[in-house]
Amino acid sequence: MSTAPAPAETAAVRAAIARHSNEPGPLLEILHAVQGELGYVPPGAVAIIATALNLSRAEVHGAISFYHHFRHEPAGRQVLRICRAEACQAAGGGVLQTRARETLGVDFGRTTADGRVTLEAVYCLGLCACAPAVMLDGEVHGRVTPARLDELLGGSS
Amino acid sequence: MTVTVWVPGDAAALALGAEAVARAIRREAGASVVLRRNGTRGLVWLEPLVEVETPAGRIAYGPVAPADVPGLIAAGFLRGGEHALHLGHIEQHPWFARQQRLTSARLGRIEPADVAQYRAAGGFRGLERALAMGRADIVAAVTESGLRGRGGAAFPTGIKWKTVLEQPSATKHIACNADEGDSGTFADRMLMEGDPLALIEGMTIAALAVGAAQGWIYLRVEYPHAARVLAQALDAARGAGWLGRNIRGSAHSFDIAVRLGAGAYICGEETSMLESLEGRRGEVRVRPPLPAVKGLYGQPTVVNNVVTLASVPGILTDGPAAYREFGRGESRGTVLLQLAGNVRRGGLVERGFGLSIRELVEDFGGGSASGRPVRAVQIGGPLGAYVPASQFDLTLDYETLAGAGAMLGHGGVVVFDDTVDMAAMARYAMEFCAIESCGKCTPCRIGSTRGAELIDRIRESRNAAADLALLDELCDTMISGSLCGLGGMAPFPVRSALRHFPEDFRPRAGRH
Repeated sequence: MSTAPAPAETAAVRAAIARHSNEPGPLLEILHAVQGELGYVPPGAVAIIATALNLSRAEVHGAISFYHHFRHEPAGRQVLRICRAEACQAAGGGVLQTRARETLGVDFGRTTADGRVTLEAVYCLGLCACAPAVMLDGEVHGRVTPARLDELLGGSS
Repeated sequence: MTVTVWVPGDAAALALGAEAVARAIRREAGASVVLRRNGTRGLVWLEPLVEVETPAGRIAYGPVAPADVPGLIAAGFLRGGEHALHLGHIEQHPWFARQQRLTSARLGRIEPADVAQYRAAGGFRGLERALAMGRADIVAAVTESGLRGRGGAAFPTGIKWKTVLEQPSATKHIACNADEGDSGTFADRMLMEGDPLALIEGMTIAALAVGAAQGWIYLRVEYPHAARVLAQALDAARGAGWLGRNIRGSAHSFDIAVRLGAGAYICGEETSMLESLEGRRGEVRVRPPLPAVKGLYGQPTVVNNVVTLASVPGILTDGPAAYREFGRGESRGTVLLQLAGNVRRGGLVERGFGLSIRELVEDFGGGSASGRPVRAVQIGGPLGAYVPASQFDLTLDYETLAGAGAMLGHGGVVVFDDTVDMAAMARYAMEFCAIESCGKCTPCRIGSTRGAELIDRIRESRNAAADLALLDELCDTMISGSLCGLGGMAPFPVRSALRHFPEDFRPRAGRH
């Protein structure tokens, strides 16, 4: 992809490269820094990073697309991550997933049309003894019922 | 006079409202209270669990909701007063007193990144011993303890360290696998958030033992709380001279960097983790060579998980014989069991190997949270077998579980009640494998998708007998043909579900 990055994107990518390129194996650190700054890794970052690290663009793109964590477009104003793993399933996680999809009207990996919430699947938050668990904008919540999920989504808009 | 009140900052406690409880205590009690944030004691079912320091020791209350705080203060909880949530000394609570806490002994007792409190609670004694020992002696002590890798593979830790020690390379690494991705497990997370200096101490001992100068903690990105605590603990350890150049004035230098994963389950597999640490796609490497011979950047590398490394300081402090005394058979020492899912009293249970599934699920767990009969547990994460209630007398140790076609893995035990659809769980095992496959080998990459499709077809009954035979054959192919444990073990939950719960795989129309 050859989309030209916006100036702010280029600046964030260059800053991340400057900060991490002297470390061993810096690619993931750079991608984390870019996503930390912008909220996503713009497609235009691939060529800049590839040149700076003397990697092929395929290697950079391959790494970005391998890891579920990296996004290539901005997320919604809020990010709701619902655990889909077994311990949460055992404790009513399936009902919670359904409620989230119905309430938001989107599937996992999608953002609501108004740009308010991005719904993501996560495979274990390590909160398996207080399942089902979700993470909303980095805050964790355990033993989440559908009613509590409505509250979290409604009360935070 | 001020009173010290402990409110856990552990992610599970936070997920259950600990932050709001801390705010309520600050608001209601004001300047008379010094609030300290500890890790969790591991009794997640009682979180948020608040402890008050009194002349009679630390008195616990839980689970505390913010709305309980005014009533607690009125009842004199700042002096350890009686209240419906009063639990007394948590270490005397039956759920805790029946445990044998070695690796998690300090968990929840101290502020996690405080070197002085860590020292006062017995920390850094193991490293002090190690600084006065020869490399081979440290390795011998770990070998004698019988400690095996607690991440799942259960390889003897001392033997791994010996291999790394014997490599002539000038540069070696200690790589801590903190990519705790198995559902039902959280012991690594609790230790990193509650007693991170124990991990740092364990890694430093490993470095002394094999002659490594650089350590890495590969931490999953799903653990932001652990990342913050680790950063504080690493700074504190460096500041006090327990990490960095010339540790405690010795000739030894060692430092540790944290590297974040990026949401790939496969990176918990050690060679995939090394690829990811080097900044690439987390595709598994073909073994041999073993990471102990050619690991990170092609150099000899000790790869151990958090629990394993955090167990080492205690082994050196109290001696390998004391550790060996716990456990049975070839499963020596203690195991950190994690009780999770649909269970009334979930949390962390550390005991010498020997507890049965029933004792864990019923005595500790109190049965299902829903109150319905327990139908099965899944042990050892998404690649572990489902064990039916009829087999709950099995002992939770490496050999017993292996003999029953199951595995202990990282020690997670997920409880399911009788509403579980085991065919759906089997399908999920294949689906999860498809989502997380690194794609390097065909049995895993393609087999997992075909497996999920086959289970769908079996349930739709177009040609169930033939499809069941095909699924069995597919499982064989994945087990014997996959490069690593993801494709190689995803068939275990599937086969165990088929074996123990065949009724769930009958065509939907024919089920009642």
